Amino acid sequence: MDQFGAATLALLVCMAMTLFRSIAGPTVFDRVLAVNSFGTKTVLLIAVYGFLTGRPDFLDLALVYALMNFIGTIAVMKFTRFGDLAGMEDDDEETL
Amino acid sequence: MSGALVAEVLSWAFIVAGSVFVLIGGIGLIRLPDFYTRIHAAGITDTMGAWLILIGLMFSAGWTLITVKLFMLLFFLAATSPLASHALAKAAFLRGLEPMLGRGLEIEGDHD
Amino acid sequence: MGLFLRQDQPWRASRRETALSGVALFVVLMAVWLLNSGHYTPLIIGFGVASSLLVVFLSWRMGIVDREGLPVHLLPRATVYAPWLFKEIFTANVDVAKRVLTPFEPNISPRLFDTGVTQKTDLGRVIYANSITLTPGTVSIGVKGSYITVHAIAEDVADGLQEGEMDRRVTWLEGERR
Repeated sequence: MDQFGAATLALLVCMAMTLFRSIAGPTVFDRVLAVNSFGTKTVLLIAVYGFLTGRPDFLDLALVYALMNFIGTIAVMKFTRFGDLAGMEDDDEETL
Repeated sequence: MSGALVAEVLSWAFIVAGSVFVLIGGIGLIRLPDFYTRIHAAGITDTMGAWLILIGLMFSAGWTLITVKLFMLLFFLAATSPLASHALAKAAFLRGLEPMLGRGLEIEGDHD
Repeated sequence: MGLFLRQDQPWRASRRETALSGVALFVVLMAVWLLNSGHYTPLIIGFGVASSLLVVFLSWRMGIVDREGLPVHLLPRATVYAPWLFKEIFTANVDVAKRVLTPFEPNISPRLFDTGVTQKTDLGRVIYANSITLTPGTVSIGVKGSYITVHAIAEDVADGLQEGEMDRRVTWLEGERR
């Protein structure tokens, strides 16, 4: 086993822990935080797995996944806050 | 020859250190008592864990286009993870989720 | 057909600044395309030029092509700020990791407080707030006027932030203009 195998193992264990938090909650924010963290680890897992199997082309997928993970979290947060993805009514403070 | 060996050793060291930080972040995500403190644990994974693993992969890839892609990935993660954490924390706070504070501490400043 | 008209938008930057930032944005986008594609045939590079031009045009229509949208003028000072920030993030990581791994009960004492900012521009405040969030142990919860609401994992972490070294360095990074 080389260093990539060790990293894959650590990432998988950590993803299981994150999954536990996303199931246990208790608030919706805990779940979104866990899912966001899970996404970051997925990006790392894709990158490391590409090296493990000797196909670093997987990095393109990791790049796309990193951006989608960010947009997904922002979308879920916006929806939780405003109940809508288009506008930002009933909000008198600056956002983000 | 020895240059390749040094790169291999550095790759090992960085990736193992990154894995340790990722695991600590996961442990923190389970152990810490409330949402706001768990953000800090997720922050460990997002910063040191991710960066050290990516730097380790860079040492393994050498001077190729792959290293540039890894660097780009590092940049995107570094730019987006604080924004996501901030959006989460702000949404939770404005929704009225009470933070658990240390003994004898209260929320300072005026927040309605 | 107001596609190419410049609407009456007071927040828009001057024409010279917009042109310079537009060229810089095009160069950055093109570099990202070339480094990611790996195929250097005229057709693929042509697609890259077309996509980059489209993105620059859309950004221009949104009114975000200015110094704030692509702060290349911060690059020289950022090369000094970034290593300091990395060092700070590393020490904060080790500190928070120790707190998380304390036996029996995590060694935390969370505190929520406001800290003042001395940056003059919005860009500087955003950089400061992001630096706070990027450092484990402190998360910025809101930016309101001249102060940032921060959640810190322990009281000494909060005291360390309130000493204001990061604030001073971001103000230095931002420069004295405006």
